[in-house]
Amino acid sequence: MDNRDIVIIGGGPAGLAAAISAYHAGVSDILILERENSLGGILNQCIHNGFGLHKFKEELTGPEYAERYVDQVHELNIEYKLETMVIDITEDKHVIAMNEIEGVIDIKAKTIILAMGCRERPRGALNIPGNRPSGIFTAGTAQKYVNIDGYLPGREVVILGSGDIGLIMARRLTLEGAKVKMVCEILPYSGGLKRNIVQCLDDYDIPLRLSHTITKIHGKERIEAVTVAKVDEFLKPIKETEEYVTCDTLLLSVGLIPENELTRKAGITINPKTQGPIVDSNLETSIPGVYACGNVLHVHDLVDYVSDEASIAGQKAAMFVKNSLISDDKFAVIAGKGVRYTVPSWIIDDSSIAMSIIRFRVDGVYKDHFVTIKLDNEKAYHKQKRILTPGEMEQVMILRKWIDAKPELKTIEILLEED
Amino acid sequence: MEKRQLTCINCPLGCQLEVVIDKGEIVSIENYGCQRGIEYAKKEIANPKRTVTSILPVIGGELPMVSVKTRTDIPKDKISECMHCLKDLKVGAPVKIGDVIVKNIGNTGVDIIATKKVDKKND
Repeated sequence: MDNRDIVIIGGGPAGLAAAISAYHAGVSDILILERENSLGGILNQCIHNGFGLHKFKEELTGPEYAERYVDQVHELNIEYKLETMVIDITEDKHVIAMNEIEGVIDIKAKTIILAMGCRERPRGALNIPGNRPSGIFTAGTAQKYVNIDGYLPGREVVILGSGDIGLIMARRLTLEGAKVKMVCEILPYSGGLKRNIVQCLDDYDIPLRLSHTITKIHGKERIEAVTVAKVDEFLKPIKETEEYVTCDTLLLSVGLIPENELTRKAGITINPKTQGPIVDSNLETSIPGVYACGNVLHVHDLVDYVSDEASIAGQKAAMFVKNSLISDDKFAVIAGKGVRYTVPSWIIDDSSIAMSIIRFRVDGVYKDHFVTIKLDNEKAYHKQKRILTPGEMEQVMILRKWIDAKPELKTIEILLEED
Repeated sequence: MEKRQLTCINCPLGCQLEVVIDKGEIVSIENYGCQRGIEYAKKEIANPKRTVTSILPVIGGELPMVSVKTRTDIPKDKISECMHCLKDLKVGAPVKIGDVIVKNIGNTGVDIIATKKVDKKND
């Protein structure tokens, strides 16, 4: 059995940033476990640009963004194992993993940082009737085939769901010579960034069919066509609007879910709204010494925020190892009206922390609404936003001075108000 | 006179800008929510530019493909020419981030550079 101060599960953007920050906080006995054959995670297949605008004030491609962190991991001699799959974590912080060379390994960790990222919702989550032919991929799988392996999954493509990966793939496949016939979105608005709608669809005259979905898949061996229909206000397909659209490929870009099989097996409490673990402002889960960051915690819109969040997890994990965390007391953070969830769910009562970031998503499209923070029914913050959409992650700061001014404080509520 | 509709990309509002153009000159911009919309419309009408990213096969590399991009953005109407120039290209390993793969692609004055490190394959 191996003993480690910090074991990080996942070598993507969250795991890398957590490792670097833990190192700088004074702990060097760190091990990153990565199941793929290289560090960098999903960034390696995101060859488009637009990463790092907040963090580095320049537009990088995914691999370039990853390289900045991978280089630091190498410079600091932080240890990692590739092609190593974690199969279990236990409540007493054993990490059981396996790889081809060492077989099954058992590592006793002082702290664990969960950084496993998320995965795409598969076809099975959608209930589209029809056969099970080949040619149906999640957008991310198609992205891997094109950008990592270098082959085209099909020539005549329909995309269901207007998430950013689907939009990016619409452009990518078009540039590689495929015909992308349409992107269907069941909601009356797209969850993707405006920039991607303009630069991935409009630039190439690819139609975005809002309030449309796929009601049937045709084909036996390979997909041959889909039936596309408009939906009513209750998202029910309208029979008379059905249209037969030929294609040899269907891509699904219908949402991401944090990948928490290991977390659940360890008995860590999960937030049903995010499908990620419930954490406090130190990003500690319900098991002391187990931290979570990045898309395993909640799905982020920008990798820049993943890196920031992971740095906090790394720093706090290092402090846990060094026994320098001063407080366990905490205040509950409540997701009020219009707010689907908040991360964290608790703010640690630590007077040395000047401010804590609360990230949240709203539950619909809100124009000219106010984001309000209430400390036990008293407004501490009230700011108007021109637009709030579920596709974008919002953030607010909880200032320590507000907490200090309320000695009897119990709960902090984030909510939306009309005025 | 020509009327063009643009979606502003600066924020999630995505204002549907209505731009009237006469002989290549902007006559009017309507339906913008803020100043950024006007700036966006001006640039998008006068000289729309995009960064192009793609992949190329690597010979003798530890990975089959290397990702590449135009070092800066290029005129939008040069995108397909740029992709055409890349069509049959292969790159020899090793490749580093920033290596120039094609100089002055499609006479845009912009180079194609590698965005991923690919080492030589160890046999």
